[in-house]
Amino acid sequence: MTYVQKLIHDGFQARRSDPQVLRNFDIELTERCDNACIHCYINLPEEDEKARAAEMDTAFVKDILQQAAALGTLDVRFTGGEPLLREDFAELYLFARRLGMRVTLFTNARRITPELAQLMGRVIPGKLVEVTVYGMHSESYDAVAARRGAFAEFRRGIDLLLEYKIPFVVKQAFLPPNRHEIEEFEAWAATLPGMHQKPGYSMNFDLRARRDHPARNRFIQSLRLSPEETVAMLNRNPGYIPEMRQFCAKFMGPPGDRLFSCGAGKGLTVDAYGRAQMCLQLRHPEVVYDLRSAGETINGESPLRYVLTRVFPAWRERRAENPDYLRRCARCFLKGLCEQCPAKAWQEHGTLDTPVEYLCEVAHARARDLGLLYADEKAWQVEEWRERVARLAASGTAAEEKAAVERI
Amino acid sequence: MESTVTLNSICAPSEDIVAREIEGELIIIPLTSGIGDMEDELYTLNETGKAIWGRLDGTATLGDIAAGMANEYDAPPAEIERDVLGLLEELLRRKIVIVR
Repeated sequence: MTYVQKLIHDGFQARRSDPQVLRNFDIELTERCDNACIHCYINLPEEDEKARAAEMDTAFVKDILQQAAALGTLDVRFTGGEPLLREDFAELYLFARRLGMRVTLFTNARRITPELAQLMGRVIPGKLVEVTVYGMHSESYDAVAARRGAFAEFRRGIDLLLEYKIPFVVKQAFLPPNRHEIEEFEAWAATLPGMHQKPGYSMNFDLRARRDHPARNRFIQSLRLSPEETVAMLNRNPGYIPEMRQFCAKFMGPPGDRLFSCGAGKGLTVDAYGRAQMCLQLRHPEVVYDLRSAGETINGESPLRYVLTRVFPAWRERRAENPDYLRRCARCFLKGLCEQCPAKAWQEHGTLDTPVEYLCEVAHARARDLGLLYADEKAWQVEEWRERVARLAASGTAAEEKAAVERI
Repeated sequence: MESTVTLNSICAPSEDIVAREIEGELIIIPLTSGIGDMEDELYTLNETGKAIWGRLDGTATLGDIAAGMANEYDAPPAEIERDVLGLLEELLRRKIVIVR
C-alpha cells in the first residue's frame, strides 16, 4: 500500500471548491527599484524615502501572510518594484516558508547576496525564482535599466543562484537596446538548468500603474512592438500555432457586459502600502480596499477573508457602461487573444471600461494571423465566429494537437 | 545502511517540512531540497496516513500509536501495526519524519 502520494498541484487547485480558499496571492513588497527601466509601469527610485516610509512594515506583512495561510493559500508571489530592496526580505521569506507557503520571487537578481543565496539554497523557495533580463551586455542592460553597473550586479546574482543551485528561470523585456541580442539571449537561457522551454518576453508594455507620468507613458508607448511585430515574435515559437488552436477552442467568445470575465478578485494582491487589489495590475481606487484601516477583524472575519469573500465578489458583478465598450468589446469573440481588461483600461484611460486601441489592434493582428479574421474585418461584427474557431481547432495534425495539449 | 523503524521507535515530523491541513486534505510541504524529486513537489497522505500522522507527537512509540488506534478503529491490531510501520518507513525514506 502507498500511504504518501505526490500531490499534483494544478489538479489539487482545480478540485478545491471552497470560494473561501485563496488560490492566487501576490504581495508587492515595494514600488521602489534599483533599476530605472525605461519601459517599467511601477518603479519608483530606490532612494524614495517617502515611498519607503509609506510601505507596509514587517509586522503588517507577516500578519497578511498569516491571514493568507488561514485562507488556505499554498503559494505567495513576492514582487515589486524590486522586492530584494526590502531589508526584511529574508525574514519575510523565511516566515512565509515556515507557514507552509511556496514562494515565487520576481527579481532583477542584482541584490542576490551570498547570504541570501545560501539561505534560499538551504530553505528552498519551492517555486522557481523568476529573473527578468534586460540585456546580455552592460551596454544593452544598463541602457534599459538606466543604471551604470547594473549588468555586472545582475550577472553576479545569476552566478550566485547557480552556485547555490536555486532553481530559476529567465525572461526578457524585449526592448530596442537588446532586440539584436535575442539569439544570444535564447542560447544562453537554454544552458540554464531551470529552463525547460523558451523564455517568455514582455513586449506590449503596460503604462504607468499609478497614472503618474504622462510623458513616461508616451515613451512606453513608443517602446511597444507593433501588432505585426508582436505576431512575428509570437511565431518564433514553433509551438505557438498548435497551442493557439487548442487555446482558442476553449477561451473565445464575447464576454458581454460583465467587466470581470477574468480571474480578478478570485485571487488577491496586496500592494506595497497595504491595499488589497483584485489583481496585480488593477489599481483603480473604486476597486481597491485599504487593509491598514480595516482593524484586526471586520464582522468577526480577518480583513483578507472579508475582502476575498464579501468585497471582491460584489465588485466582480460590475457591468460595463461605456457605449464604445458595449458596442465593441462586449460583442467581440477575441476574448482569449485580447488583453483588454479593467486593469488595462485603468492604466490607459483611468476608467474600468474604455477600449484600449493598441490591445484591440494586437488582438486583431493575432486573429488575422490565425485565420480567424479577414483583412479589415472587425471581430465584433463576425456572427459565425464559432465556425471559424472550430475550423482553426480542426486544422492541426493529431501529433501537433497532442503536443499542444501537453504544453497547455 | 538505511535506517528503519520498529514498534519501539519514536518519530516526529522533520523540521524540514511543514504540514498543513487544507480543505480536509493533509499537505506536506518540503522546506529543503532532497525530500522531493522536484523542488516544487508537495505530498499528501491517504486517510490511514492522516490518522497516524496526527498521533506523531515525538513522545509516543509507534507501538503506542498502533495500540491507541486499535482502541479507536474497528480493525485487527496486526493490520494497524502494519499500516503504522508501513507509513513511517515511507515517511522516513522521504525524510519527512525523523526518528528520536
